[in-house]
Amino acid sequence: MTIAMNKVATNDAASATGQSNGARPRDTLLFIAVLALLALAPLAIYPIFLTKLLCFALFAMAFNLLVGQAGLLSFGHAMFFGGSAYVTAYALKVWALPTEIAILLATAFAAVAGLLVGLVSIRRHGIYFAMITLALAQMFFFLCVGLPATGGDDGITAIPRRALFSVIPIADDKVLYYVVLTCFFACFLLVYRIMHSPFGQVLRAIRDNEARAVSLGYQVDRYKLLAFVLSATLSGLAGSLKVLVFRLATLTDVAWNTSGEVILMALVGGIGTVVGPLLGAAFILTLQSWLQGLAQWMPVVQGLVFVVAVLVFPRGIAGTFGNPRLWWLRRRRTLSGSSEAQQNARGSGASATSPAATSEVVSRART
Amino acid sequence: MDDVFGIPFPALAGQLTLGLINGAFYAMLSLGLTVIFGMLRLINFTHGAQFTLGAFGVWMAMQYLKVPYWGALVLVPLVVAALGIVAERTLLRRVYQMDELFQLLLTFGMALIIEGLLSVVYGSSGLPYDNPIPGGIDLGFMFLPYYRAWIIVASLTACLATWLLIERTTLGAYLRAATERPELVRTFGINVPRMITLTYGFGVALAALAGVLAAPMDQVKPAMGSGLIITVFAVVVIGGMGSILGSVVIGFALGLLEALTKVYYPPASSMVIFIIMTAVILFKPTGLFGRPA
Repeated sequence: MTIAMNKVATNDAASATGQSNGARPRDTLLFIAVLALLALAPLAIYPIFLTKLLCFALFAMAFNLLVGQAGLLSFGHAMFFGGSAYVTAYALKVWALPTEIAILLATAFAAVAGLLVGLVSIRRHGIYFAMITLALAQMFFFLCVGLPATGGDDGITAIPRRALFSVIPIADDKVLYYVVLTCFFACFLLVYRIMHSPFGQVLRAIRDNEARAVSLGYQVDRYKLLAFVLSATLSGLAGSLKVLVFRLATLTDVAWNTSGEVILMALVGGIGTVVGPLLGAAFILTLQSWLQGLAQWMPVVQGLVFVVAVLVFPRGIAGTFGNPRLWWLRRRRTLSGSSEAQQNARGSGASATSPAATSEVVSRART
Repeated sequence: MDDVFGIPFPALAGQLTLGLINGAFYAMLSLGLTVIFGMLRLINFTHGAQFTLGAFGVWMAMQYLKVPYWGALVLVPLVVAALGIVAERTLLRRVYQMDELFQLLLTFGMALIIEGLLSVVYGSSGLPYDNPIPGGIDLGFMFLPYYRAWIIVASLTACLATWLLIERTTLGAYLRAATERPELVRTFGINVPRMITLTYGFGVALAALAGVLAAPMDQVKPAMGSGLIITVFAVVVIGGMGSILGSVVIGFALGLLEALTKVYYPPASSMVIFIIMTAVILFKPTGLFGRPA
C-alpha cells in the first residue's frame, strides 16, 4: 500500500464513520440539546428516577468505552460498580467521611481493581476475555458475601447523605440530581474526547486488527489496559453516585445480573455510539418501571430484548439512526465454518473486513 | 480412626466424594462446551440454563407424565437436545457471521429467557425430587450412598462415550475434519451445516444429562445452572478448550481440589477455582491443555 492510498482510506473512514479527530459542530449541537433536555427533565419526571437513570447511563457509557472502542466485552463490570458502591457506603456510614472524599476513595478503589483485573484478563482475547472477567467478578461476589464489612445479604443501608463540600445540600433529591448531572456530563465529554483522541484511534485499530497494530509498534497491551482502567474507574464513579441516590449498597450491585444489565443497556442503545448508553439506560429503566408489578417477568423480558437486539437491531437505537462503523457485523466466516479463510486474510493483510482503522493509524504514524 | 492433617478420615472421604460429584458436573459441562466450541466456535452461554432444563425435565416427567427416573434419564436429554436444535436452526444460525461477542450475547439472552420462565412458573424456591436409588454401602472407612456412586459412574461413562464417539468413529472423524477444514469436507459431499446442528444438539444433551443426574442430589431450582456455569467457564479457561481428555481431567481435579479446600480452609472454597484460574492465566495464558491461539 502506498501512502496516498492510505490517505484516501483515512478520509473515507473519517467521513463514513464520523470518527475523525476533534469535536464536530453537529455533535456540539447534539450535546447542548441533550444537556438542556436533562436539565429540564425534573420538571416532568420524578428526580430519583432521573438520577438513577444518569447513574446507569454513566455505567453503560463506561462499559461502552471498553467494548465499543477496544472491542473488549467485559462480563464482570458489576464488580467495579458494586465494589465502589460498597466502599462509598462503608466510608460514609462507618468511617463518617465527607461525601466527596468517599466518592474519590471509591473511584480510586475501582481504578485499582480495574488495574488488577485488567492485568489478568487482557492476556486473553474475545470470548475468553468475557469468561475471565465473568469468573473474576464471581470471585469478587463471593468475597463480598463472605466479608463482614458488606453486611452479607442485608447489605449496607441507611447511608447518610451529607452535604457535598459541606455546602451543597444533596439531601434534597433535586439538588442531588443536578450534582449527578454535572458529574455525568463531565464524564460524557471526557469519554467523547477519549473516543476522538489519537488514543481512541489506536484502540479501534487494535480492535479491528491487533496483529497489524502490534507490527506498527504499538504496545497493544498497555492501550488495552489503560482502556480497561478508564472504563472500570468510570463504572466505579457510577456505582458510588448510585449509593447517594438509594442510600444503600447490596449484593445485587456486584451480582452477574448487574453486569448483564449494563451490557444490555449498551447493546440496546448502540455499541460504540456516543449517546447510545444514555438511550439504552433510559429504555431499560423505563421498561423496569413499567414492569414493576410483574418483577418476576423482568429476566424473561430482558432475555427477549437481548435476543431481538442481537438479531434485529444489532446497531442499537443510536446506531440505527446514526451510522457507526459496524465492526461486529463483519464477515467472520462462512456458514460452513471457515475460520481458516479469515485467518489467512488477517495474516496476509489482504483483509477486506475493515482496513480503514489501521490505515488511519498507518497514516498517522507516517505523518 | 486415623486423622489426615487433623481431619478425621471418614469426614475427609465424604467431602472428597462430594468433590468428585462436583467434578463430574464440571467435567460434563465443560466437555459439552468444548464439543460445541470445537465445531461452532461459539461459547454456549445457554449451557447452564440447559442443565437446569434437564433437572426440571426429570422433575416434570415424574410430576406430569409419571415417567420414572430411568426413563427420564434417556428421554429428557433427547427432548432438551431437540429444543437446542430448534434454537440453533432458528436463532444461532443467524449470527454465525457476526462477531463472536454477539453470539455470546445471544446465548446469554436465551439463558435469561429459559431461567426467567422457569422461575415465573415454578418460583425461585426449590422443588424436591426423590432419590431413585436410596440406601448406600458401608465401605468400612465411610458410608457411600448409592446415588453418589451412580453420578460418578454415569458421568465417567458419558465422558468416555463422548471421547469414543469423537475419536474412534467415522462420524467423529467427519466431525474433526469439519472442524479443521469445513470447505474441503463439504466438497466430499458431507452436509457440514447439519453436522453443526447435530453437534450443538449433542453438547446440549450432555448439559441436560448432567441436569438429570443433579436433580435428586439437591432441590431443583431455576438458578441452579447460572451459578454453576460461571464456575465451569473458569474450568474451561484453566483447561483450555483444546482437548476432550483435558476437560474431563481438569473438571474432576478441580472438583477434588474444591473439596479439599472446603475441608482445610472453608472460607476459600467458593473462590479456589477462580484463584487457580487467575494463576493459570498469568503463567500459561492458553490454559493447561489449550493450543496456542
